[in-house]
Amino acid sequence: MSEPILYARNLVKRYGKVTALDHCDFDLMPGEILAVIGDNGAGKSSLIKALSGAVQPDEGEITLEGRKVQFGSPLEARGYGIECVYQTLAMSPALSIADNMFMGRELRKPGIMGSWFRQLDRPKMEAFAREKLNELGLMTIQNINQAVETLSGGQRQGVAVARAAAFGSKVVILDEPTAALGVKESRKVLELIRDVRSRGIPIILISHNMPHVFEVADRIHIHRLGRRLAVIRPDEYSMSDAVAFMTGAKLPEGVAA
Amino acid sequence: MATEPKPASGFEEGLTGASETVASFEQKERGLKKIQHWLHQTPSAVPMIVLIASVIVFAFLSDNFFRATTMSTILQQIAIVGIIGCAQTIVILTAGIDLSVGAIAVFSSVLMGQFTFRYGIPAPAAIALGLAAGAAMGALNGFLISRLKLPPFIVTLGTWQIFLASNFIFSQNETIRSREISEQAPALQFWGYAIQPGGVKVLYAVFLMIALVAVMSYVLRNTAWGRHVYAVGDDAEAAQLAGVQTDRILIQVYTLAGLFCAIAGWVMIGRFGSVSPTASTGQLGNIQSITAVVIGGISLFGGRGSIVGMFFGALIVGVFEMGLRLVGTDPQWTFFLIGVLIIFAVAVDQWIRKVSS
Repeated sequence: MSEPILYARNLVKRYGKVTALDHCDFDLMPGEILAVIGDNGAGKSSLIKALSGAVQPDEGEITLEGRKVQFGSPLEARGYGIECVYQTLAMSPALSIADNMFMGRELRKPGIMGSWFRQLDRPKMEAFAREKLNELGLMTIQNINQAVETLSGGQRQGVAVARAAAFGSKVVILDEPTAALGVKESRKVLELIRDVRSRGIPIILISHNMPHVFEVADRIHIHRLGRRLAVIRPDEYSMSDAVAFMTGAKLPEGVAA
Repeated sequence: MATEPKPASGFEEGLTGASETVASFEQKERGLKKIQHWLHQTPSAVPMIVLIASVIVFAFLSDNFFRATTMSTILQQIAIVGIIGCAQTIVILTAGIDLSVGAIAVFSSVLMGQFTFRYGIPAPAAIALGLAAGAAMGALNGFLISRLKLPPFIVTLGTWQIFLASNFIFSQNETIRSREISEQAPALQFWGYAIQPGGVKVLYAVFLMIALVAVMSYVLRNTAWGRHVYAVGDDAEAAQLAGVQTDRILIQVYTLAGLFCAIAGWVMIGRFGSVSPTASTGQLGNIQSITAVVIGGISLFGGRGSIVGMFFGALIVGVFEMGLRLVGTDPQWTFFLIGVLIIFAVAVDQWIRKVSS
């Protein structure tokens, strides 16, 4: 197999006396969907935050496309083409859908209005936001200018996923993207994930939903006690095996305790 | 479990033939809900309605009220509060508060005056230095709040006292008299000049206030920076994750607020004629500006409201003061009614916030 597009070696992150990441390794291959599963408190979120720039690891290094990178902030990671949908969604409730989708990368009007008066190109941003939401098919939004807080939980999640899918050019990270969604809406998100992969963009999917993980993932990274326990293929193991691995009830072959 | 069939999504087969309509928005809304939604999108509507209503009421109560001269006097009296209110608005939109606004204004005006008269710096340069000093004081607030992560209330409670005391120490409690200023440095009194179309005196300061409100309204609504100010106030952590440089925005907001306060300090010289370190703005500027902001429908919890609302809020206070004086009541009624308005405004804000439930 080819080189991993994104990999991390020996990541360590401590919060006071708690070691959230304990010399953790991570590999993401080009064009794959990699699921990350693990029990609560295993350090999945810390791993994702380190990869997306939201936290800075104390030790270890991250390599993107063969180059060592360091993300001081989510903005820097985004500059490298890594988009993330956080569990908290990271949206401003009082702002509109379009404002939220373009937060931190607003489009400005062409000409003097944009360069001198810094005026936002509202019509273009709204049209783009509407198009992306329609692509996702998650909802029929009548008013793209309505505040995000007036949307239902599932719709909010849809907007957040649409934002990451629209802008992620190298890697898209999804933290529990289907947690707040109904069956139908989850299906749309899973379709979207495949759709993103078909555009050649690899995806990291963190989820507790085993059927979803086993359905879409190419490989499954099992996280346990702050480090990578194993990477398995969904067609070689069953869901109950995976659950046993992540809770420590069983060990995969070839892994020493 | 181990024999579970793949693909693992068998449970979703029940979806075939399910209704294909996706979530849509209920359009039928009861009247009150509709008003709530409208207010949610137009936060300055409440103060505007209150303003229009109070103007109408006072016009009936007093014959002298609804006249151009009365209106221009009201505008003149709220000019300083309006400009300081611009500073307070952007700070409160980030879910902060600035108690030092009045102190920055007075200290900046004293610096402009003393630079001119004590050190002999030409007035325009002294004004520029005073404006820069105001911005620097704001930047200090911003630095303490964003970098050291101290609560805005505590930081500005401290700097309020620090700036006010520095102001007394530096000026040695000296007032620069109006005559001296108009003879030697008329530029300091620039905003006190007026145009008089048809005998109605309108101060330059009034135009400045309206221009500032208009410019900031544009900036907050139509630029990326303005949206970021709202996002920081709404949910700072979410804004950070979404790619807003929250620390930088906070420093910029407090610095800009300091600059606006210094502009207000310059306007004070024009309005009062003299430069006085004991001007009441130093003690009351913060409360007056917060009052205008709150009555103007801007949420103290950040992220909601518009600067135009603050302008209406300041006007409401001005209309009440003037109207009640013309009607001839005890001036204390002004403060009584403003107190009622503040509580009313916050109650409305809380109600609007529940729009999604």
